[in-house]
Amino acid sequence: MNPAMELTEVVKEYPGTPPVRALDKVSVRIDQGELLAVVGPSGSGKSTMLNVMGTLDRPTSGTVVIDGQNVSAMGERRLSAVRAQHIGFVFQQFFLLDGLSALDNVANGLLYNGVSRRTRREHAAHALSTVGLGHRLDHAPAKLSGGERQRVAIARAIVNRPTIVLADEPTGNLDTDSSEIVMELLRALHRDGSTIVVITHDRDVADSLPRQVAFRDGRIESDKVAA
Amino acid sequence: MSDSPHGQTNALKPSRLRLSDVILEGAGGLSTRKTRTALSALGIMLGIAAMVGVLGLSESSQADLTRRIEALGTNLLTVSPGQGFGGGDGALPESAAGSIGRIGPVQRTADVVVLDHAVLRNDVMNPNETGGLTAVAADLDLVDTLNGKVAVGAWLDEATGATPNVVLGSVSAERLGIAEITHGPQIYVGNEWFTVIGILESFPLAADLDRAVILGKQAAVEVFDLDLNPSIIYVRTSPALVDDVRAVLPATADPANPEEVEASRPSELLETQDAIEDSFTNLFLGLGAVSLLVGGVGIANVMVISVIERRAEIGLRRALGATQSHIGRQFLTESLLLSALGGLGGVLLGALATWMYARTQGWEVVVPAVAVFGGIIAALFIGALAGLYPAARAARLAPTDALRAS
Repeated sequence: MNPAMELTEVVKEYPGTPPVRALDKVSVRIDQGELLAVVGPSGSGKSTMLNVMGTLDRPTSGTVVIDGQNVSAMGERRLSAVRAQHIGFVFQQFFLLDGLSALDNVANGLLYNGVSRRTRREHAAHALSTVGLGHRLDHAPAKLSGGERQRVAIARAIVNRPTIVLADEPTGNLDTDSSEIVMELLRALHRDGSTIVVITHDRDVADSLPRQVAFRDGRIESDKVAA
Repeated sequence: MSDSPHGQTNALKPSRLRLSDVILEGAGGLSTRKTRTALSALGIMLGIAAMVGVLGLSESSQADLTRRIEALGTNLLTVSPGQGFGGGDGALPESAAGSIGRIGPVQRTADVVVLDHAVLRNDVMNPNETGGLTAVAADLDLVDTLNGKVAVGAWLDEATGATPNVVLGSVSAERLGIAEITHGPQIYVGNEWFTVIGILESFPLAADLDRAVILGKQAAVEVFDLDLNPSIIYVRTSPALVDDVRAVLPATADPANPEEVEASRPSELLETQDAIEDSFTNLFLGLGAVSLLVGGVGIANVMVISVIERRAEIGLRRALGATQSHIGRQFLTESLLLSALGGLGGVLLGALATWMYARTQGWEVVVPAVAVFGGIIAALFIGALAGLYPAARAARLAPTDALRAS
């Protein structure tokens, strides 16, 4: 089986004098079905790591292979297609559209896959029940609690059955109880076979996951699998 | 291909946004910002309404003019005494009408003699308060020559034209307060009583006759003992030879002083009026175009603000797999929908304004198709133009920057 994602010698430099090297020869392999934390203090390169893994940004050098496809050399249109089909994003700020119901926000996870609105809504309803919000389909995001909003966002991230889910500080805007519910949801998705990367600066969150890749100054400081 | 997103194949399918979804997303963007949408569509709407209204009114008034010209007939000429130096006494020779009638292509003539007698409702009125009405003696052919119509009663004939009877022009009837003739109303002209036997409808472009009280020449001669020098001769001629007839009219009417005779073609006045209205139409169309442009700038402005405000949404959509062109299309669609909304509203408003104004003028309402479709197309064109820059800006936004913005 292909690894879900494999980064080899990835370097990301931002122009300047001197240039800032945000990722310095990072190599990491993520197998399908893994649940891992990318952890590190701010400025350690984990946000850049999210952007490169999510194909939102191209590496300066090195290769990124997602489900067997080398995306390092892809153009803008193909990268968009990779995001549409292989990657699900969960953001700290949720990024739900206020004018849409929970159902339609989740259905938007399939908007750029060219499937019909009805099909999108059917899959969205299914994804929402997976995250335990099957009773909240018609609610506007403003009517939901923070934890519920993040669960809607998670439903949106998994509605296209992506190769890998990238969750950027998914509990950063949540209280302790909601955080626990969201983390438990991610673990449950992992048990059902999803590949999930949680990017976090929170040691406790990272400690609760089976694998931790720790970053410092743009390099992998440690890569530990829990016993 | 199956409609399921879950058919996991290794081949990468390009991101795809259905056309119906482009429109839905564009409409969604507008419907979440209703006030702003309404206000920015209003700019375009006023511009389009102005243009449609101007075109509609101009067409309606033109249709009315055309109708009047047709009613009048372009083959009608009038002959009247001009202002010559040769001591022109404001009258044509008595033989003029007869001579003109002998010109080959002339089909019909009728002349009118203005009488110097006050028209009064009765014999106790002050003779100086004539209400601007004039008594005239006319040929029995007058109504036929002018394509006039009788509104009430009858026009003069051989018998009634030789006895003290009158027919009233439309304005005269109104001013004298006579609306019907069943009781044989009488009026007092030049110290004589006359019975009103008919009321005419308004003549197209012969307002003088509308204000006239008309008696038969025969009656005028018998009652007032006057010379029958025509004040004006109406000439109906063969349509093909109007200009030729017009050229020979002065010399025919008054061979001694042809320069004192004025031959004119009333339909030309209407055509001139038409041309003047055309130039006003162009002016107002220009103003409408300017307000349309201002509306377009308003839309561009609102769209640019929208792009700045919605950076996070743009970032999210890119993360969900939207290509640059999907983002650009979404914003362009919003702009087009906004302007289409304005265009449609403008066409309706313009048509409504035309309808209301034309109704008050008694015109037939004409809203030309070119104004309706042209208005909508112009609005869409402006919308596309206004949306181009904001859409390009939204499309070019790097997803990492867009997501960082909030």
